[in-house]
Amino acid sequence: MLIKKTSDIRSSEITDEKLYVNRRDFIRAATGAAAAGAGMLAGSGALFAAGQAAPHGRKLDNVKASPLSVDPTKEKPNTWDQITTYNNYYEFGTDKDSPSMLAGRLKTEPWAVVVEGECNKKGTYPIDDILKGVTLEDRIYRHRCVEAWSMIIPWVGFPLADFIKRCEPTSKAKFIELYTLYDASQMPGVRMPVLRWPYIEGLRMDEAMHPLTILGVGLYGEVMPKQDGAPIRLVVPWKYGFKSVKSIVRIRFVEKQPVNSWQDQAASEYGFYSNVNPTVDHPRWSQATERRIGEFLKRRTLMFNGYGDQVQGLYAGLDLKKNY
Amino acid sequence: MPSTTTIRFVFKPLVFAAGLGPAGWVIWAALTGNLSPNPLSDVTNETGVWALRFLCITLAVTPLRRLTGWNWAIKFRRMVGLFAFFYGSLHVLTYAIADRFAGLDFPDGMVAWSTARSFVMSVAADIYKRPFITIGFTAFSLMVPLALTSTAGMIQRLGGKRWKALHRLVYVSAAAGVVHYWWLVKADVSRPQIYAVVVGLLLAFRAYRSRVRAVAPARPQVRATARP
Repeated sequence: MLIKKTSDIRSSEITDEKLYVNRRDFIRAATGAAAAGAGMLAGSGALFAAGQAAPHGRKLDNVKASPLSVDPTKEKPNTWDQITTYNNYYEFGTDKDSPSMLAGRLKTEPWAVVVEGECNKKGTYPIDDILKGVTLEDRIYRHRCVEAWSMIIPWVGFPLADFIKRCEPTSKAKFIELYTLYDASQMPGVRMPVLRWPYIEGLRMDEAMHPLTILGVGLYGEVMPKQDGAPIRLVVPWKYGFKSVKSIVRIRFVEKQPVNSWQDQAASEYGFYSNVNPTVDHPRWSQATERRIGEFLKRRTLMFNGYGDQVQGLYAGLDLKKNY
Repeated sequence: MPSTTTIRFVFKPLVFAAGLGPAGWVIWAALTGNLSPNPLSDVTNETGVWALRFLCITLAVTPLRRLTGWNWAIKFRRMVGLFAFFYGSLHVLTYAIADRFAGLDFPDGMVAWSTARSFVMSVAADIYKRPFITIGFTAFSLMVPLALTSTAGMIQRLGGKRWKALHRLVYVSAAAGVVHYWWLVKADVSRPQIYAVVVGLLLAFRAYRSRVRAVAPARPQVRATARP
């Protein structure tokens, strides 16, 4: 006897391939969210507040010393552990230790930076291309966070000006906008609407061209740890730390003054310039002193973070109380 | 329901030990290098959050009793409330030392009258100038009379009614604590939000109960000292 068995599954019940793939994305996203949640919970307890120091990376070759560095015998650089476990990198969570625990999933290879806007050499620049021909320098800089703590950080990088020249900005380029990577699959923190993503920062052209302003690609002579903004980030040492955008994927030359992410979030508290200034308090806390990480007694915060001699000329005639 | 003896000799010591847990945890983490590179900030944050958590637990006792009938929970309330005050005190102390004292200039050396004077001035100026400190200090100050009048003798001296009225200040303290937390974060208010919801619900429960009671005053009240 022939038993004719129909298929148990109607074709309408077969999961569409697209949905199936989405399901994987969903699981990945859910895992990510769970990990982020766990990270945040862990971060809330003192036990785990120490974070995880970054693994040591490849040593960078031919790094030159720079006269623009602070004297490391007078101001001792903070340790690798401190610099890689105490980070504000909100794309990986708002706790200081979350970036150290979650940035491992950031894919830094391959990496490219898109250049667009008012310039002649628009296009996509792979990181190897960006680094071709540049001379890397050790730049030991003071780093002052807007939260009134500070570190001494031995960055490795090269002047942003060198890269800008390659892009040949036009006369209309008055400002530069820099964007951090925005990718929820790698960055669990962006699921929280803490800031408007992607993270954007901006500089006036003369600030961007200043010899102190660098694109950082390393720390302590090694490739940049992920929690510190690998593979390429901005470092502007006379401004509060949040100006120095991490993991840059886009650079745009523009005519109008950009609205940076923190200004967008709270314009009364964070301005476009954000120069370190002990005489202009944050509306909620004082900027007159700072705690150097690793020290008990606070230090007096220096005007322009101690870089006044080099940069005050940029702001001649500008009311720094209004243009905070 | 556990017997009075069990509560006194088993559960109370357990709750006491648990209450010391967070402090022990922070000390252990500090000694073993398990705090962040900014340990003073960790200690300030942890003690503050624990003060708020213990305040929430204190405020949860009455709703818990009303909803479950577990009236013995009242026997732990004073201890939990005093732990809120304990962590609040540590929080204020850490702030005063790590934030204020450490930020002073020491023109005559650290041990000097000028140090004491500028320390007091620095704390006072900060309380006056920074709204989140003002409200945080309010939250703490309101706990002081409550801690001072927490003994059985003081309850008797004040009389139940007046004592109860005074201790309603804890509602203001908890609410002020939440506002303090909310105002101090930079952008991520997710944690203060949680405490706002918890404290909000605990206070809403009381508001709702008092309205219900006002409408139906004949309803018998559960006595605070009900025994089996």
